[in-house]
Amino acid sequence: MINLKINGKAISVADGTTVLEAAKQAGVKIPTLCYLKDINAIGACRVCVVEVKGARSLVASCVYPASEGMEVITDSQKVLDSRKTTVELILSDHERKCLSCVRSQNCELQALSKELGCDETKFKGAVNEFPLDETTPYLIRDNNKCILCRRCVAACRDYQSVAVIGPNARGFDTHIGTSFEKDLKDIPCVGCGQCITVCPTGALRERDETDGVLAALNDPTKYVVMATAPAVRVAIGEEFGLPLGTNAEGKMVASMKMLGADKVFDVNFTADLTIMEEGYEFLGRVQNGGVLPMLTSCSPAWIKFIEHYYPELIPNLSSCKSPQQMFGAVIKTWFAEKNGIDPKNIVMVSVMPCVAKKFEKGRPDQSAAGVPDIDYVITTRELARLIKRKGILFNELADAEFDNPLGVGSGAGLIFGVTGGVMEAALRTVKEVLEGKPLEKLNFTDVRGLAGIKEATYNVAGIDVKVAVASGLANAKKLMDKINAGEADYHFIEIMSCPGGCVNGGGQPIKTAFVRNNIDYRALRSKAIYDTDEAMTLRKSHENPIVKELYATYFGEPNSHKAHHILHTSYVKRGKY
Amino acid sequence: MSKNVSSVTSLNDTAFYKNQYRIALRNCGIIDPENIDEYIAYDGYKALIKAYSSMTPQEVIDVIKASGLRGRGGGGFPTGTKWQFTKNSVGDKKFVCCNADEGDPGAFMDRAVMEGDPHAVIEAMTIAGYAIGADQGYVYIRAEYPLAVKRLQIAINQAKEYGLLGKNILNTGYNFDLEIRLGSGAFVCGEETALMNSIEGKRGEPRPRPPFPAVKGLFAKPTVLNNVETYANIAQIILNGAEWFSSMGTVKSKGTKVFALGGKIVNTGLVEIPMGTTLRTIIEEIGGGIPGGKKFKAAQTGGPSGGCIPPEHFDIEIDYDNLIAIGSMMGSGGLIVMDEDNCMVDIAKFFLEFTQEESCGKCTPCRIGTQRLLEYLEKITSGNADMQDLEDMESLCYYIKDNALCGLGQTAPNPVLSTMRYFKDEYLAHVRDKKCPAGVCKKLLKFIITDACKGCTLCAKKCPVGAISGTVKNVHTIDQAKCIKCGVCMESCKFSAIIKG
Repeated sequence: MINLKINGKAISVADGTTVLEAAKQAGVKIPTLCYLKDINAIGACRVCVVEVKGARSLVASCVYPASEGMEVITDSQKVLDSRKTTVELILSDHERKCLSCVRSQNCELQALSKELGCDETKFKGAVNEFPLDETTPYLIRDNNKCILCRRCVAACRDYQSVAVIGPNARGFDTHIGTSFEKDLKDIPCVGCGQCITVCPTGALRERDETDGVLAALNDPTKYVVMATAPAVRVAIGEEFGLPLGTNAEGKMVASMKMLGADKVFDVNFTADLTIMEEGYEFLGRVQNGGVLPMLTSCSPAWIKFIEHYYPELIPNLSSCKSPQQMFGAVIKTWFAEKNGIDPKNIVMVSVMPCVAKKFEKGRPDQSAAGVPDIDYVITTRELARLIKRKGILFNELADAEFDNPLGVGSGAGLIFGVTGGVMEAALRTVKEVLEGKPLEKLNFTDVRGLAGIKEATYNVAGIDVKVAVASGLANAKKLMDKINAGEADYHFIEIMSCPGGCVNGGGQPIKTAFVRNNIDYRALRSKAIYDTDEAMTLRKSHENPIVKELYATYFGEPNSHKAHHILHTSYVKRGKY
Repeated sequence: MSKNVSSVTSLNDTAFYKNQYRIALRNCGIIDPENIDEYIAYDGYKALIKAYSSMTPQEVIDVIKASGLRGRGGGGFPTGTKWQFTKNSVGDKKFVCCNADEGDPGAFMDRAVMEGDPHAVIEAMTIAGYAIGADQGYVYIRAEYPLAVKRLQIAINQAKEYGLLGKNILNTGYNFDLEIRLGSGAFVCGEETALMNSIEGKRGEPRPRPPFPAVKGLFAKPTVLNNVETYANIAQIILNGAEWFSSMGTVKSKGTKVFALGGKIVNTGLVEIPMGTTLRTIIEEIGGGIPGGKKFKAAQTGGPSGGCIPPEHFDIEIDYDNLIAIGSMMGSGGLIVMDEDNCMVDIAKFFLEFTQEESCGKCTPCRIGTQRLLEYLEKITSGNADMQDLEDMESLCYYIKDNALCGLGQTAPNPVLSTMRYFKDEYLAHVRDKKCPAGVCKKLLKFIITDACKGCTLCAKKCPVGAISGTVKNVHTIDQAKCIKCGVCMESCKFSAIIKG
């Protein structure tokens, strides 16, 4: 233990504790801006400076180790003035269009400048001007609002091992950019959006599609179907002040009905359908000596990752469309035919915890009915924006249920929203179907939890099936390297791009660094999913009655010719640069 | 042939050399740097053999400690202590690095050593490797020094051929290998942690300390980093002993220091003088005074991180601590002499422009703070500043010193603070009177034709923009709106009738 004094108060902390952490233990919150636990302790912004007795200058508490006998002052006039000046300097080179900024009132810079008593006009002078990068369907990069905290750089590098952005140029001209200042569309960015979720300001944001959705909702000639992904319901409440880990499915559905959607459906349904298609594809590969290990294909940033960085493993990818794309495909074929609606008049709005889904909807081979399967993808954040714009009092609403028939999803479909969920859902079905008797235990706990890589072996009908689950592409990379090195004997691997899975997707409500550093919000959102699954009676994909009906009346059987045409897709090799 | 040979002064008796004492530059210009035999003939590699054969690593460090040698790259940290820290650090691998990324404007002593005596660096680094327990070294040289790179590579190859570098050196069982890494023109890569990032292939920008390089340096291993001039002293200290070295200099600064003498001075170039030599000796004797009989105004030391020494400190004994006490610093040894024609605000602006451009952009105080500082200076030199600006600028200087991440940022305001300290009247003249006393700041400059004008019309003919009008034999006038302040009229006037106003 190390003994030190923080503002005169004696405290003992463990070896390796930083001054920032020690202060928190002493009941003092030191403000931070660039600091992000585990991935970005670089001492760059200088907001967290403190006085340490004997040090030549102020020190950045986020990177300064506590040491025996140290005396720290966190609140002297000098410290407070310095922090204020630092933020005022940042503001002097920040595009202060705060009134209309998408991050207004959820902006760490804004909160900090208020907290520190800053004057945003204190420093006058040159302001950098950068063109916006709007070249991708998923992300807007606005360097005019960037404050060079580099949290995005760290997330891209450490969470995802993608590292396509970094600081370019020097001096006042320093900015975050891509190699050779290329457009985002021309580099191997996978579109996961983790950079957005760590950005303290509005410099990184999703490409907002709410205007298009509003227009469709107001167009009487259009039949608007909205469908939500599993992880949206356990996060949307945060946008309305509900506690972390609240499953607000009922209010979410009610508000979407009030938005004016013709049908409000649940993507959990096509998660179940995915299990049927993917499960049978896996069986086929095992029985017919196909390419193994099979890799899941639900996560579009993961798909893009493989296409850029491991194109040789494309044959390992399941050919199943993602649940989102299957949903749009089913709506525009079976549902349209059944209800006599011209698919051209259907506007399919997908609500996702993800920004890569905005890219996915424009991929080739995703138009089962000759029109795009999906018309709009809005994130959890955008859905909240729509609800607010329409004046809907989310918290006041009585719970409502999804419409029929495609509002029926199993617990297995629901757990698609968390890392390990696809694997567990598949195991529930494959094991029970192959063994021909009801499962004794539905919970496959070895593949649960927030560990980056999980491995397990399950006996399925006498065969030992070796599975692996990874979330965060840096972890996926480790598994892919093992496969390429011939060191992996897995049969089936589930990958989700975002660390922790879709609950922590790039389209989810943004948590400040203080929350990220101190609360395991991913675990809370995951728990809401597992608790809901646990309480459900329908917990296996193959028992979903609508899935059964769909096979009986439309597709015939999983992996049938028709199912292949509508529910499966293909991939492309992409270069790196 | 001269008839009177005895009247030719020996080189060492000339004013320029007689006050110098050359340790770091001892072989420069004397031996063929591309021939290892010549280095060996001048006691080369003798110190290495002495260390290997008769000294323990700790004894080597003790000698360096006792010599009082301090880092010549600017910081002045005791070299022996640095080696001791690195030796004491636990690590499966350790490194010895050489900072040859000489970047201060006008400084070129490291270049002279590498081009003139490259083996001195190799020998010293090998000794350092022995002392701290490292078998790998890197020399980080700026790519703008192609000849230094070439000669150092030749020297490395020759040393390897002779068994003085590489595996099992001189059959002692000790290994030490050396590689060159090229810098790509970033001033900040002279900062030790930025330099290591750059060697590792990362963006050259500083990382927070602690951990210090002695504990976690290159590739997160304990690392000794010294600059070229520091290494150039090592072999001589080992050979001649700590006492020999520490007999030179002042109480806390031992040995000699190389300065790059430049600016308004008769003799320019590299001078190596014992620590404690006065500024007066350097400028009046070695430098031969200021040309044109002009008045000495200031000497700038320490490069962009340093400050200006005013006439009242003309007799200061130059060493690390004295310079810091008067608001400047040793730096890597740039010494620029300024006379009455230099504007001190303009000088401060020059250095700020440099540090701002060379900021790595990582921390806020340096990236944005120095830009705002520069803007204050621009405001002052263009006559648009008020007294409040002057006050705000000063507090911004102290803010940057207290808050910047690395040495580059922390010292960036020094040129401003030191000129404000000693030449406040010049700042006031710019701010209050809207005048540049030295007549340098163009926006405050006005050329005026006085009654001494004879009406010869020469200036009107020379003026490139036709701003001067007047008839023969009558006093001419300058249209200030047209004037571009090039000064051609003043230069061409034979009657000294044109003055700066």
